[in-house]
Amino acid sequence: MNTMSHKLLRIEDLVLHFKTRLGTVQAVDGVDFELDTNRAVVILGESGCGKSSLAKAILRLLPRNVQKYSGEVYLQGTDVMQFDEEQFRHNVRWAAISLVPQAAMNALNPVIKVGEQVAEPAIVHLGVKREAALNLARRMFQHVGVPEDFLERYPFELSGGMRQRVALAMALVTSPSLIVLDEPTSALDLLTQANIMNVLKRIKQELGTSFILITHDIATSSELADEVAIMYAGQIVEVGHARDFFPAPLHPYAQMLMASVPRLRSESDPMFITGQPPSLVNLPTGCRFKARCPFRFDKCEREPLMFGKNSRKVKCWLYE
Amino acid sequence: MITELRDLKMNTPKINEPQALLTIQDLRVWYELRRFGFGHAGYVKAVDGVSFALAEGETVAVVGESGCGKSSLMKTILGLNIPTSGEVVFDGENLSGLKGDGLQHYRFKVGYVQQDPYGALPPFMNVQKILEEPLIISGMKSREERLARIHKVMSEVKLHPVEDFLKKFPHMLSGGQQQRIVIARAMLREPKLIVADEPVSMLDASVRVEILKLLRALQESHGLSVIYITHDLSTVKYFSRRIFVMYAGSLIEKADTRQLLGNPLHPYTHALLAATSDPEARNAETFKEVPPGEPPSLVNPPTGCRFHPRCPRFMAGLCDVKFPPDLEPEPGHFVACWLYQ
Repeated sequence: MNTMSHKLLRIEDLVLHFKTRLGTVQAVDGVDFELDTNRAVVILGESGCGKSSLAKAILRLLPRNVQKYSGEVYLQGTDVMQFDEEQFRHNVRWAAISLVPQAAMNALNPVIKVGEQVAEPAIVHLGVKREAALNLARRMFQHVGVPEDFLERYPFELSGGMRQRVALAMALVTSPSLIVLDEPTSALDLLTQANIMNVLKRIKQELGTSFILITHDIATSSELADEVAIMYAGQIVEVGHARDFFPAPLHPYAQMLMASVPRLRSESDPMFITGQPPSLVNLPTGCRFKARCPFRFDKCEREPLMFGKNSRKVKCWLYE
Repeated sequence: MITELRDLKMNTPKINEPQALLTIQDLRVWYELRRFGFGHAGYVKAVDGVSFALAEGETVAVVGESGCGKSSLMKTILGLNIPTSGEVVFDGENLSGLKGDGLQHYRFKVGYVQQDPYGALPPFMNVQKILEEPLIISGMKSREERLARIHKVMSEVKLHPVEDFLKKFPHMLSGGQQQRIVIARAMLREPKLIVADEPVSMLDASVRVEILKLLRALQESHGLSVIYITHDLSTVKYFSRRIFVMYAGSLIEKADTRQLLGNPLHPYTHALLAATSDPEARNAETFKEVPPGEPPSLVNPPTGCRFHPRCPRFMAGLCDVKFPPDLEPEPGHFVACWLYQ
């Protein structure tokens, strides 16, 4: 076995294109990244940059209008893209990687008790009996900080923060090694947000789970991030350790994005990025950020490569 | 219940600010709960004893979590809710006395910037129609005059060139552009006051600052008063001169922005500030301190200080018995907390 198999997840050249009336939407266009066990990577990007599609592509939860879905997704060394749907469902989805979708707290079934809903993935994916699954659900409730008697409640009896915790428990119940979180805190209040981030940190410590956190909330994402990946127009333009990235981002887009974050504890005046991200249907040639970039030069007409070494990489000609 | 209301009208602080554009005096907005359609089952005390004055050209942020009553407060200021008791005086006029045309004229003087621009714009109308409608309703008969006004506000919100946008429908615009249309609509009738309800929470980070800066530029150039409702403390200091912190229906701390951020007094304000993250890698190493529990039900709020069940500095026998009055430990900095007695 080569050293790569030690990585929990390695994605190479992942592509997900959709077919629409307007043309091909290149939502995920050649994404590479790696993730170790018990690490959290944050995928930051603005709306429409393809970050939710990336989550769907990893879990192979695809709509019908897919035009192209290709690349390699290695899970502990095995290329799961080679799996057929049945294999994928048994060995990957929820068994190894689970998902907390966007607005998960509103996706709970209103007429089924939350305990039953949390137990269901264990019954379906692990094949355990209902009683055992309910016991697992009870354990997960403890991990996410929901009182045990809530197992018997219906979603409408729970507050938003509690429902979000239930959605998290549902992702945890099969003990996956990786959880993909799509905007887990965006609809929640400030204190509830802080609570959920605490819960995620505790799960990471206690259970050794890895996370892919997909969000546009840069400040909150720093609460969990070991690594940061910046996504722009379907591609990852910068990856690096959080401790390197947050103080000094490299890509011009990442720099401007960080400068746009209002800060409570500093006097800096936030800036904004002029212009709009390109449409994923009509992508410009060369660097996709060049139209908004203050540093553009001749080379930007050609597609930049990923420059840099080890854990810190940036897709920009400035760092050639 | 009526006697309960009357009792509450006592012991209210008087506000005397001569230049105030908007004065709110011991405002209560209670919604009646009914059992089986007719039996009385209590009140949801969404706004319970709020007083403040807003000067002309002043910006103030109301900060609080969902369910704290900030939307009810806002709707009452917009004239959409009828106050249960208390007074809202705008520009020398008492809101409760207004009806029909008077109320309509009042609404021309207050602009409303909604939270979700896409939800706030009718999907089947183009930008020109969206902006023309309020002018038609307000009685602007001449089409040329209306178009001139639309051109003016659209260039004020920096939608250039105006002609390119007039025939577009909301779904053809980006989130930032939609929010500009919403702001343009609020500015149409040259209001004196803008109520902005989380105007940037639905927008992307890079656009957020742009919209806040636009609002501030409009505020400065038109001398507008702005009530900025938000839960995001990090944006507040770029925008407003004063901050009001709201919890469970009342304003628990009122101070200048610098004062409040530099020296927060109420334990709840402390908790809010502690929960606000700045993007820094070291955040991942520590847990946040969050007060236990959740905001109380507004039907049966806790006795005494409403924050006492969650408060780390709770004093038994005082906080759970008596509602704290507005204290002023430093000039201009009001806090409703027994710690500062």
